Amino acid sequence: MAQARKKDRLLPGFRLTTGFTTLYLSLIVLIPLAALVVKSAGLSPAEWWHTVMAPRVLASYKVSLMTSFFAALVNLVFGLLLAWVLVRYRFPGKRIIDGLVDLPFALPTAVAGIALTTIYAPNGWIGRLTEPFGLKIAYTPLGITIALIFIGVPFVVRTVQPVLQDLAAETEEAAVMLGAYRWRSFFKVILPELTPALMTGFALAFARGIGEYGSVVFISGNMPMRTEITPLLIITKLEQYEYNQAAAIAVVLLLISFVLLLLINLLQRWAGRRLHAA
Amino acid sequence: MKSWKLIPTLLAVALFVVVLSACGSKNDNASGSSASASASSDASASPSAKPSASGKTPDPVELLNVSYDPTRELYEEYNKSFAEYWKQTTGGTVTIKQSHGGSGKQSRAVIDGLEADVVTLALAYDIDAISAKGLIDKDWQKEFDQNSTPYTSTIVFLVRKGNPKGIEDWDDLIKDGVQVITPNPKTSGGARWNYLAAWGYAASKYNNDETKIKEFMTKLFKNVPVLDSGARDATNTFVQRKLGDVLLAWENEAYLALKEFGDDYEIVTPSLSILAEPPVAINDKVVDKKGTREVAEAYLKYLYTEQGQEIAAKNFYRPRLQSVADKYKDQFPQLNLLTIDKDFGGWQAAQKKHFADGGVFDQIYTPGS
Repeated sequence: MAQARKKDRLLPGFRLTTGFTTLYLSLIVLIPLAALVVKSAGLSPAEWWHTVMAPRVLASYKVSLMTSFFAALVNLVFGLLLAWVLVRYRFPGKRIIDGLVDLPFALPTAVAGIALTTIYAPNGWIGRLTEPFGLKIAYTPLGITIALIFIGVPFVVRTVQPVLQDLAAETEEAAVMLGAYRWRSFFKVILPELTPALMTGFALAFARGIGEYGSVVFISGNMPMRTEITPLLIITKLEQYEYNQAAAIAVVLLLISFVLLLLINLLQRWAGRRLHAA
Repeated sequence: MKSWKLIPTLLAVALFVVVLSACGSKNDNASGSSASASASSDASASPSAKPSASGKTPDPVELLNVSYDPTRELYEEYNKSFAEYWKQTTGGTVTIKQSHGGSGKQSRAVIDGLEADVVTLALAYDIDAISAKGLIDKDWQKEFDQNSTPYTSTIVFLVRKGNPKGIEDWDDLIKDGVQVITPNPKTSGGARWNYLAAWGYAASKYNNDETKIKEFMTKLFKNVPVLDSGARDATNTFVQRKLGDVLLAWENEAYLALKEFGDDYEIVTPSLSILAEPPVAINDKVVDKKGTREVAEAYLKYLYTEQGQEIAAKNFYRPRLQSVADKYKDQFPQLNLLTIDKDFGGWQAAQKKHFADGGVFDQIYTPGS
């Protein structure tokens, strides 16, 4: 019987690898996250609720979610454009641009935050130009969004790029042969193929934005009720040695991210099914 | 059948446990330098050190001083001086590692196991927090002279050259069109001194009428365009981004800014401020374990000596020792100074009333106020 079973699997080592995977994930992801939940359980349900629903905390959810959402949205559009240019065209310096896309991953986020603030502050290179038109960037939600766009760019580009690369030229050629012009073939043929990758990129950028601290804390100005992000409030609780409360807010943040990722995953599946059914 | 399936998993577990414990024991001693991004060491190394005078203290000995951000320059100089002193008096070799960061962050690192022999933080509150975990003796603040605070500072104003907004005292900070830069008291130790100094001024002006004091504070914080998370960030905002008309800062930070960018700024000393006491303490649990109590004690005591005080004064901290204070009296103008213990009932009370959740600082920012 054992031998019959073995034949079912193409590659050997399933048990060892599953064991390793479970253990590894537990040590690196599950146990720390569980510890967070346990820590926040040090509060009574009423305290818990009071902590995570305080007006300032609520305001910070709004700031974090909105800025992350818009940043991910911008990355969705311009990330696609970037990936498109990088895959479809040849031009001098292409390799360099391709390399630049990954830099936000490598840069310590605080460095990015300070650099962005320097540029977008009212006396910075760009802030100086927008200020006369009444457009303030640093120390507003717009500034936070820009920081989050910066750190989110690679997520969309790097998930879309390989899919775009593998897209069979034949389908596109067929579309053109059948009379579909540029835009039509893009929207009817290419975009549906890219949708799952785009959504993954969007979800990753979104989730990253919600948890982002280092790059935002300099450019946001940290004004309570207006530009205070949730991760900052968590740090604030830690500074006051309120470990339980910090954990409680962190758990809420995790839950929000998890639900969002789940939703996007479902949406992606649905989109994928529709595509293959068509 | 089932037990067979488990074997690879168990093997993996065993492997991991072995690997982890190996790493753990190896890193145990190095945790001081690895846990802090900014740890640096000052060594006056001499490989063939004579045996130390006491039998107990290991030689050469290494101390870790966990401190807060603006003391970096101070302790770099001080550590060299102390190492020489230690060599001369005992013949022993001492190496001091420094770790700097936000005061609260540093305190949490020590609570979470960073093996600091001594802590030199921005507020007694942060050392109290370590003490509450049983690492430091409850009466730590009586262990050394002057509230265990060898040097002090105060809160002053840094304004732009020529003082274009004519800022002379706290009253000028609540005027329309004046922008005040101060970090967030909830995340910055220095900002708590700023806040309390302003509160103390309003209290004396309005004869302790709490409604009026709160009005004053609300107006003041309405003039704050950006709440940075730490004191160095706020200095950056003011100095590099050119935001705001006045920076509320530790006196020593203000002098450092003046040293860096002398021609662009002026220091304004208000009529009344607060005596900022950054205290020092021995981490009892760690020194007893490492056998470094003797040298740790000497290290902190040396801060009170003439040499120690001189180094503090040179780094713009107000010395406690009269002889050194006299020498530097032009650098540190006299002003009325409130103290945290007399005027605010100590840190625990001040923290609870002003900075805890729902406290006065939060009320300033609740909607509708």
